Amino acid sequence: MIPLSYYLVFAAALFSIGLYGVLARKNAVAILMGIELMLNAVNVNLLAFWRYRAPDGIAGQAFAVMVFAVAAAEVAVGLALVISVYRRRNTVAADEIDLLKW
Amino acid sequence: MTMLQVIFLIVAAVTLGAAVMVVTARNLVHAALWLILTLFGVAILFVLLSAPFFAVVQVVIYIGAIAILMIFAIMLTRRVMQDVGPQYNPGWWMAALISLVFFGGLVWMLSSWGGFSTPLPELPEGIDPLRQLGQALVSPDAYVIPFEVASVLLLGALIGAITIAWERG
Repeated sequence: MIPLSYYLVFAAALFSIGLYGVLARKNAVAILMGIELMLNAVNVNLLAFWRYRAPDGIAGQAFAVMVFAVAAAEVAVGLALVISVYRRRNTVAADEIDLLKW
Repeated sequence: MTMLQVIFLIVAAVTLGAAVMVVTARNLVHAALWLILTLFGVAILFVLLSAPFFAVVQVVIYIGAIAILMIFAIMLTRRVMQDVGPQYNPGWWMAALISLVFFGGLVWMLSSWGGFSTPLPELPEGIDPLRQLGQALVSPDAYVIPFEVASVLLLGALIGAITIAWERG
């Protein structure tokens, strides 16, 4: 029997690894990969809480479906931005895309 | 240690190891392949959580669509950063520190919560979670509005992505 704590610690670790990827990586596509890891950790948490704390409810699963939809939307727009920036400025390094910085 | 726990620990270890490779691999194509392994491990965890539908959705959407889209983007932009120059920001050690502190704080906060080691409850008799979910997503009493908003969001993201990536003259 697996207690809830296993899933929570796993999701926390996955989220932290994703956070590290987002903060430390230079490449914009790699940053998006870190975001995917974080969203996956959230989904594991949502489904674990649904299964362990409210198995007769539906909210956890419904929220997980929303997270899937938002993740697909986010990655489509994010990669379109990366490709557009690459075409115009020939770089995908997040710290070189600083037109809005002053 | 029961059989399920051993399976969980093996899957979790492989998944976390692959996740570490995703954020540390120099070659982004390799990182994307490690990402696929990570997503697959999470799909196995969904099966262990008795949510097989989400495991299928995970494989179809995350591995089949998102990871492949990532590989497309990497292939289209690979010449610029491939194997030359640093892959990390100068402050990467600070990022590692923040992540470690975040992880420690999260585990500490969760372990002080009373329900931290809730044992697995039985699924309620006579209820099919998938059927319940399907009905809830289209029922006006439940989640039809968020569901429709998610559909519009997806359509908007689709049109937005095409508009952004369109190559004008």
